Amino acid sequence: MSTPMNAPKRANKPPFWALFGAGGMVSALIGPALVLITGFLVPLGLGFSPQAMDYAQVQVLMGSVLFKLALVAVIGLFLFHGMHRLYHTLHDFGLHITPAIKALCHGLAALGTLVAIVLVFSAR
Amino acid sequence: MSTEKRIQIECLRYHPEQDKEPRLQTYDVPYTDDMSLLQGLQYIKDHLDGSLTFRWSCRMAICGSCGVMINGVPSLGCHTFLRDLGPGKVRVEPLTHFPIQRDLAIDQTDFLRKLESVKPWIINQTPKKPSDGANRQTPLQIDDYYQFSECINCLLCYAACPQYGLNPEFTGPAALTLLHRYNADSRDEGTAERMAVINGENGVWGCTLVSYCSEVCPKGVDPARAINQNKINSTKDYFLRFVAPRGASKG
Amino acid sequence: MTARNTYKRPMTGWYKRLPFYTRYLWREATCFAVIAYALVLLTGLWRYTQGAEAFNAWRAALSSPLSLVLHVAILAGFVFHSWTWFEVMPKTIPFVRMGDKRVPDDVIVRSGVMAALAATVVVLGLAYWALK
Repeated sequence: MSTPMNAPKRANKPPFWALFGAGGMVSALIGPALVLITGFLVPLGLGFSPQAMDYAQVQVLMGSVLFKLALVAVIGLFLFHGMHRLYHTLHDFGLHITPAIKALCHGLAALGTLVAIVLVFSAR
Repeated sequence: MSTEKRIQIECLRYHPEQDKEPRLQTYDVPYTDDMSLLQGLQYIKDHLDGSLTFRWSCRMAICGSCGVMINGVPSLGCHTFLRDLGPGKVRVEPLTHFPIQRDLAIDQTDFLRKLESVKPWIINQTPKKPSDGANRQTPLQIDDYYQFSECINCLLCYAACPQYGLNPEFTGPAALTLLHRYNADSRDEGTAERMAVINGENGVWGCTLVSYCSEVCPKGVDPARAINQNKINSTKDYFLRFVAPRGASKG
Repeated sequence: MTARNTYKRPMTGWYKRLPFYTRYLWREATCFAVIAYALVLLTGLWRYTQGAEAFNAWRAALSSPLSLVLHVAILAGFVFHSWTWFEVMPKTIPFVRMGDKRVPDDVIVRSGVMAALAATVVVLGLAYWALK
């Protein structure tokens, strides 16, 4: 059974879409709560002491490999979700999306994730 | 002067033999509560301006011929009523994202090409004979594809889809829905042959789930759903092709 | 056969033509909120590796007016993202059935939103437990 001469080329979308989806699901489920906590509740001391989330407390959390992995996962997945959607949004505004632009967007997400990994495992 | 109601139907006009660009022309149309917009257009053609060109056939939302933009919304002319549009002015234009052929008629050639490309028919790997007997399906098996088979090819979904507007190479809602309709039919064995279309940049990956297509569909087909189911299938195919290749997948 | 001298209309400003389209673009624009927050966390992580003084300064900056205003926008983005994410979720999954009957889309949407609310409670609970 032959493939027609003008059969379209396979897109490389799936792995990036999967990351987009995973990031989207995680951010949809726990994103609002995280922003609430680090953006308002802790800084304004609403239900949290003035020492909440200070260096000493975070140091305790950083003792847990699970916490470190979760932090990297959140940063990485949020970046991959956001950057994937970003270039699609630019396309919706009329920008022609070249492979270079896609590579830049995914590249920046990967870079951010890499930086997070390096930082988190160099942290004491 | 009776209590007769009147509505201003403003139509896009474009006759390529004399017009460089489209223009708008307004017609004053008397109407009764039972009249559809299509009947309004027919009144114009019969009594006011015989040169107004538009497609129509069944008058009952099953042939898919009379799709137009009504105040910027893709709609069937026979399925939209003047009593809901008037009094005042209503703007009628040909379906967006398609080249205008003449007045309210668009060039659907691109869609017909896309339709062919998805192989919208039952594919059997071994040909069947009448002596094999009838195909059998449970109600659940029918439920898997039935709503997607209700498409009347009216093209409202293409007019609704900004991704098709931005990229005319996109296979588009109705064609991809029909593709899914056959893949989801238990009598069909042709999924592998259709994967190349699904997997391409202009296949399911051209869709960003705007889902306005499903909003405007007059038959409740829900093309957005049919397309986005297949993002998962395409992803599985992408990763499993080395482990369990399915026929026509290209490297 | 393709018709001749057909007229092609431009797509400029398409997203302004209907409220549906504009809402879609706001949904897509929530990506800025998600990216921004990832960068906030990344910055905090970076300041952490620089030691106590650096991290505590970053933490203090979170209560500045600028940070609070920024986080209002980020929170709005996340909430709209979360809502619209579950709104379209039924379209991305195969038909869900209980026995022979299809589970309606609005039930699926509501389940997703309930899951997000439950997750919010869990995360808040964990935060209160971990950060005294």
